[in-house]
Amino acid sequence: MFSLHNVEKRFGDLVAVAGIDLNVPVGTTLALIGASGSGKSTVLRLMLGLEQPDSGEVRFAGDPVTDQNIERIRQSVGYVIQEGGLFPHLSTRDNIALLARHQGWDHERQRQRIEQLCELTHFPSSGLARRPAQLSGGQRQRVALMRALMLDPEVLLMDEPLGALDPLIRFELQNELRDVFGRLNKTVVLVTHDLNEANFLASELVLMRDGGIEQRGDLDGLRNAPATDFVAHFLRAQHLMGDSDDDRGSN
Amino acid sequence: MGFAVAAALCGASSLALAEAEFVVGSKSFTESVVLAELARKAAERDGVELGHHRELGGSRILFEALKQGEIDVYPEYTGTLIHELLASTASEIRTHAEINHALEPLGLQALAPLGFENTYALGLKREKADELGLASISDLASHPALKFGFSSEFMDREDGWPGLSQRYGLAPDWVRGMDHDLAYRALESDEIHVLDLYSTDADIAYYNLTTLKDDRRFFPEYKAFFIVRSDLRTRSPKLMRALESLSGAVSEEAMVAMNARVKLDRESEANSAAAFLGMQNEAGGDTRFDRIVATTFDHLTLVAISLFAAIAVAIPLGIAAARLPGLGATVLAVTGVLQTLPSLALFVFMIPLFGIGAAPAIVALFLYSLLPIVRNTHAGLTGIDPALRDSAMALGLPPARRLAWIELPLASHSILAGIKTAAVINVGTATLAALIGAGGYGQPILTGIRLDDTSLILEGAVPAAVLALLAQSAFNQFERWLGWEISGD
Repeated sequence: MFSLHNVEKRFGDLVAVAGIDLNVPVGTTLALIGASGSGKSTVLRLMLGLEQPDSGEVRFAGDPVTDQNIERIRQSVGYVIQEGGLFPHLSTRDNIALLARHQGWDHERQRQRIEQLCELTHFPSSGLARRPAQLSGGQRQRVALMRALMLDPEVLLMDEPLGALDPLIRFELQNELRDVFGRLNKTVVLVTHDLNEANFLASELVLMRDGGIEQRGDLDGLRNAPATDFVAHFLRAQHLMGDSDDDRGSN
Repeated sequence: MGFAVAAALCGASSLALAEAEFVVGSKSFTESVVLAELARKAAERDGVELGHHRELGGSRILFEALKQGEIDVYPEYTGTLIHELLASTASEIRTHAEINHALEPLGLQALAPLGFENTYALGLKREKADELGLASISDLASHPALKFGFSSEFMDREDGWPGLSQRYGLAPDWVRGMDHDLAYRALESDEIHVLDLYSTDADIAYYNLTTLKDDRRFFPEYKAFFIVRSDLRTRSPKLMRALESLSGAVSEEAMVAMNARVKLDRESEANSAAAFLGMQNEAGGDTRFDRIVATTFDHLTLVAISLFAAIAVAIPLGIAAARLPGLGATVLAVTGVLQTLPSLALFVFMIPLFGIGAAPAIVALFLYSLLPIVRNTHAGLTGIDPALRDSAMALGLPPARRLAWIELPLASHSILAGIKTAAVINVGTATLAALIGAGGYGQPILTGIRLDDTSLILEGAVPAAVLALLAQSAFNQFERWLGWEISGD
């Protein structure tokens, strides 16, 4: 769906993304993991055209991303960020319906779709009239997910979607997200620094370091055959070397 | 664009003047207003309607307005004309014929003198003069501790303080420029001891002053006369005859009496002039309520037009400034410089471009209102949380929709605060617009200061303060109605 070809992105002297190739096939759930500053969020932003590559090329469904097609691409991609990125001046309902409104959906169609999404994300419809500031952190992320899914996009890009939540809510939402991913069968790229979460939600992991890709594979692959010392070190640091995620079951 | 709006709508506030084909102007002191009324009543007697642009802010403003054709006639004095308005003329001017020779290329003409002279003089309280034994200006040299308060014009003019102090060798410890009418108040409370005055001032008797003899004959002569546009003779021979009928007809005693009727007896300038001409008093006269309604209308017109024009221009400018950082720096710098110009100076700068009256005032107020709105629009837009801006982009909304649905609403508090600031400043600054003939609440304030009439000052000052408060609370109300507040979690 998305592919990066020898993409480099610098911010001043800092190399955020160091000439990487990355292919995200249709239907995969891919997690970008790594320490903060490793370039994983920048990869998402490059895919959405929020950053322009200094060299190399980003493609969507085989076509190079350009100024001309970027809006259409963005509309077929759902994007969720850490604090939700909800607009404080709009009600929950208006936040969710924004893009549908732009595309001229009639009121009834909007209402039905939002009802579906509430069911999918376990969001109480009584909260639709509220402003984002009146919602809990977990509910805000549900709303952000609904907004991302409103037009039923082919791809979901999620940048630390659960990063700001306390552990209990985070655990609950991890389960729900996996449920949603499983039901909708979308292409997903998830950025997280939490290996446990990445493994739980994604079928493939991409470990990044200093803007480069250290290793790509599933958790077993990384664990059993770490490509570099860093991979081994990273896994050990996350307490997963030799241990397992059995309490959650693995995919 | 604001200029066009201002120019198109400027007629609104000078309704009364718009009806009159010919207009007389006056400076903001009593004698000038009385003489203009004298011209108006004399014209009325001969069946010509003459409008009156009252109490404009200085000789230069009147002179420019006359050259521009904004007014057709105003009362002037030989000394002022020769030493101030024609000071740049190469040849020395002494006689009336020489004055007219200098005025001719400007399309202006001085009519024959009215008959009295109103020269500068220095005065102080009679008891103080007696106590110190002062009779002439040269006596002042031995009393450097006396405090001198002079009208600002007198402070600057070569025929005023600079030349006078040199001629008499005066070097007092304390000299300040101040409004002439306020100087009388300062004299009353002994904050100053010596002031400049005009020899026909009713105040000389009112405040019981001694005038000091100009024993070294420094002050030039200040004969009063009407100065007109040369084309007036062909445009209205009748009006010209009415004005010329006043030449040589006003003695010094008559002028002092007319001034005293206004200043001391609280009669209107119109009635004082009418009495001199043996005409009936004007019927009725406006009640205080009528006047407040009229000044409110003028003031609101000035504020509303300039503010709306500023909003229409400043918000797009602010948006452009936020979008293009290079342009932004320039726009903020230019509007910032405009803001630092003293408001009276800005008003006066507008006269060569827009004449006198509401138009230049509206343009000046418009320029003043730009900065707060541009700056707050810029700050509001650039201050939006980058995560929200990215979210709007990532949704795939086109730029115009992002601006309308997301960015402007998020910046609306800041923008509204800018508009509120502009409105409140505007209401206050518009009181100065009376100095260039735009009317509004500044008019009763000016007249009140001139006539030493506190109730008249309050008639302008109180509504101006109330209007500023109303504007403020209206905006607060609007903000609340607009709804959302950024509250913490």
